Amino acid sequence: MQWETVIGLEVHVQLATQSKIFSGASTAFGQSPNTQANAVDLALPGTLPVVNEQAVDYAIRFGLAIGSDICRETVFERKNYFYPDLPKNYQTSQMDAPIVEAGHLDIQLANGEEKRIRIHHAHLEEDAGKSLHEDFHGQTGIDLNRAGTPLLEIVTEPDIRSIEEAVAFAKKLHSLVTSIEVSDGEMSQGSMRFDVNISVRPMGQEEFGTRTETKNLNSFKFMEDCIALEVERQIEVLESGGSITQETRLYNGQTKVAKSMRTKEEANDYRYFPCPDLLPIEITDERIERVRGELPELPEAKCARFIEAFGLSDYDANLLTQDSTTAKFFEKTTGLCSDAKLVANWLLGDVAAMLNAQELTLSESKLTPELLAGLISRIKDKTISSKIAKTVFEKMMTEGLDADAIIEKEGLKQESDEGAIEKMVDEVLAANPEQVANYKAAPPEKRKKMSGFFVGQIMKASKGKANPGVVNQLLAKKLSD
Amino acid sequence: MNIEQLTLAELQQGLKDKRFSSLELTQSYLARIKDFDATINSFITVTDELALTAAKLADEQLAKGNTSPLTGIPLAHKDIFCTDGVKTSCASKMLDNFIAPYNATVIEKLNQQHSVMLGKTNMDEFAMGSSNENSFYGACKNPWEVSCVPGGSSGGSAAAVAAGFAPAATGTDTGGSIRQPAAFCGLTGLKPTYGVVSRYGMVAYASSLDQGGVITKNAEDAAIFLNAIAGFDAKDSTSVEKANEDYTRLLSASLQGKVIGLPEEYFSDQVDSAISQSIEAAKKVLEQQGVTFKSVNLKTTEQAISAYYIIAPSEASANLQRYDGVRYGYRCDNPKDLEDMFVRSRTEAFGEEVQRRILIGTYALSAGFYDAYYRKAQKIRRLIKEDFENAFAVCDFILAPTTPTPAFKIGANTKDPVAMYLEDIFTISVNLAGLPALSLPCGFKGNLPIGMQLIGKPFSEAELLQAAHQFQQATDWHTKTPVLTKA
Repeated sequence: MQWETVIGLEVHVQLATQSKIFSGASTAFGQSPNTQANAVDLALPGTLPVVNEQAVDYAIRFGLAIGSDICRETVFERKNYFYPDLPKNYQTSQMDAPIVEAGHLDIQLANGEEKRIRIHHAHLEEDAGKSLHEDFHGQTGIDLNRAGTPLLEIVTEPDIRSIEEAVAFAKKLHSLVTSIEVSDGEMSQGSMRFDVNISVRPMGQEEFGTRTETKNLNSFKFMEDCIALEVERQIEVLESGGSITQETRLYNGQTKVAKSMRTKEEANDYRYFPCPDLLPIEITDERIERVRGELPELPEAKCARFIEAFGLSDYDANLLTQDSTTAKFFEKTTGLCSDAKLVANWLLGDVAAMLNAQELTLSESKLTPELLAGLISRIKDKTISSKIAKTVFEKMMTEGLDADAIIEKEGLKQESDEGAIEKMVDEVLAANPEQVANYKAAPPEKRKKMSGFFVGQIMKASKGKANPGVVNQLLAKKLSD
Repeated sequence: MNIEQLTLAELQQGLKDKRFSSLELTQSYLARIKDFDATINSFITVTDELALTAAKLADEQLAKGNTSPLTGIPLAHKDIFCTDGVKTSCASKMLDNFIAPYNATVIEKLNQQHSVMLGKTNMDEFAMGSSNENSFYGACKNPWEVSCVPGGSSGGSAAAVAAGFAPAATGTDTGGSIRQPAAFCGLTGLKPTYGVVSRYGMVAYASSLDQGGVITKNAEDAAIFLNAIAGFDAKDSTSVEKANEDYTRLLSASLQGKVIGLPEEYFSDQVDSAISQSIEAAKKVLEQQGVTFKSVNLKTTEQAISAYYIIAPSEASANLQRYDGVRYGYRCDNPKDLEDMFVRSRTEAFGEEVQRRILIGTYALSAGFYDAYYRKAQKIRRLIKEDFENAFAVCDFILAPTTPTPAFKIGANTKDPVAMYLEDIFTISVNLAGLPALSLPCGFKGNLPIGMQLIGKPFSEAELLQAAHQFQQATDWHTKTPVLTKA
């Protein structure tokens, strides 16, 4: 039988506010446990939440970017369940009146077509802390630094029909939230986490199959692997005459093993009710218009502008506008060295390869627009060749020095002095009389290829520093003498 | 010096005239607490050393002429207000070991005025109760008759003021917890409009109903005290953003022309005849001051109890979930796993009434019951509000009994929670509507004081205090004090 996959996503995006959603504690990542949890985050008796208006603005900004209506009287509710890293034992979330109403995000399919994925709603809530199971001698440690970090939970309709669509949507959403600067999008730090609802149905059937939900996937790759595994499992169960149990599942991205966490019967009754400590937030036209005015350029518009203003290819412009960090880096570097094409080539080539190899993001690496522009300027003014530039770049990244310092220190400055190069050419030709004779005896169409040998010898003699243009020009002159 | 007789206004004047120092006052109150509180049990914690230090500091401020209205004045605080460095127990075993690292906004404001904290007063556990019998630290006794309850939940605060252990005390009122004990102890108790006093640092029972307020000897003191603790607080999102006002400004204004509404539903057979008679007599006093009376209806009075006992426990069930033994408070011995720790810590440390209300609230919010209970209760709450709005269209205040009976015997209602809940029938609607109300003494039944209640429009505290003050100019019920005997 032919099966169709049906997927809906719930995406938790950490908002890039300085402080938490209901307290003044910092949201910075990677601090010592419990150093960023204040009395409110610890849920000490008598403490009260105060809404971070920036988080509300970011949610509105996201809503405007996906073309949705903003709820004019949005309500926080309490979602009750006991968990040791949830200090109040309820999560302040939204249910009946979420801030962002229905919207959509269009994704590009492999065949070039666009597909619209509807977004059911997006709501604000607080993140939980973390339970730490290592180093506590069989007990559990609790780190509440993350508790109260603002989250925007984005819930799609079940419009996604394949792994490819799911990944395309996830990447598009990542690109959007980073471009509009509501999230840093650092997946490795948990800034974007996916819950995946998966079901399968016989191709052509209208009714949805029973779904499972796999929680908390924090990379595109994990999500891709997890969906593949779960779709395969469901088809296997159904084809062997079984039925799918509605359940919540956990997937371990490292071991690639999934397991059931709880079934529908074991599910919590969250007993949602409006949070009496927070009055409904009225969102006025003025506020929406102010946020609209602050909305950064959307990825599509930016891509079009990059093609138009910088003469980039569609492909390059699209890649450079996937996230705002890269786009900003590109614009700043180009502004400093005025060669958009070279900057694009470097960012999408050597820089991307280096980041990949070192498993870093652009913002985590030592590279700055100033450093990259410094390097590109030396290529442009022919101080170094493109080939030497790769060496300089590597040293820049390991030694943390700028291009000029490395060129100076390593003596990598390109040799363009005709006299010096002529001397090297003469020496190479004198040392290889046999090859010179062969060259002169060869028909003209073969000569070009044969000259490569001499170029190589000369470059070797100059330790790669000879200006290739000058070498070629002098060599051609000498060999035709 | 008979400190047990002195009002806040008299203490202010005495400090100003240097008839006594803050240190002398503080020592006198502490001595009185030491002599008599073993019988009354109105304090959970007496902070004698801190009080003496604060009094000396206040005397320095007074000497410098650097004073605020409450500088140097000793006060008692319900043990629901968090106090930096001093235990805040909420009268629960759960918080017997809890010391907050911050002050409630109310405490902070009083500290800024250099008032002196004598200690933290007894109460019903987590403010759940109408008799102060639900306390981990034992029942508090009524200074007028020690076999009777002082009322609750702010029973310790009322008993302490009635016994002359403090000239005034803070309280909180979720369904009558300031007004009922004030009535039982012969005091003036004011519950302000919801949002007038910050709830920050006030341990939550039912967040949409909880409101801090004051228990004092008379209306003038209540106005002076409220001036010090009221005001917008950015740390409490439900705090009302409005300019500070002087609640004493109308005290001496005449009541001529005021119209007082008498809700038919509040003057039923349920009310003890001594209370009805006292209120009749009070009406005559008010009439002589130029007040006219008008009958009004509050049809939702009976439903109010039901709505309250859905909404308050629902909010409480969530508010009290944080007491889980993980971060602070009581943790059971040798938990065998996480669930065991949660369940046993809460079972061992919460009293019976608290557990009852958590169960009621959890049930009312459960899937399948939410519409029938919580949502319906919210609808009733809106109707109650409308009832009051309609009544206030034709009158300035509403006059009603504060309680159906005077203080009852300790143990009289403990077997029957519903009978206990009915104690709040005249006070509960006010919380559901978020209105200001005060209770003031208007007579006695034998040795037990009787209170009557004045309910006002939102933010009409100054007018309410004016009416109460004018009544107290013509009566002396509020000046009576009980005679205490040493244990």
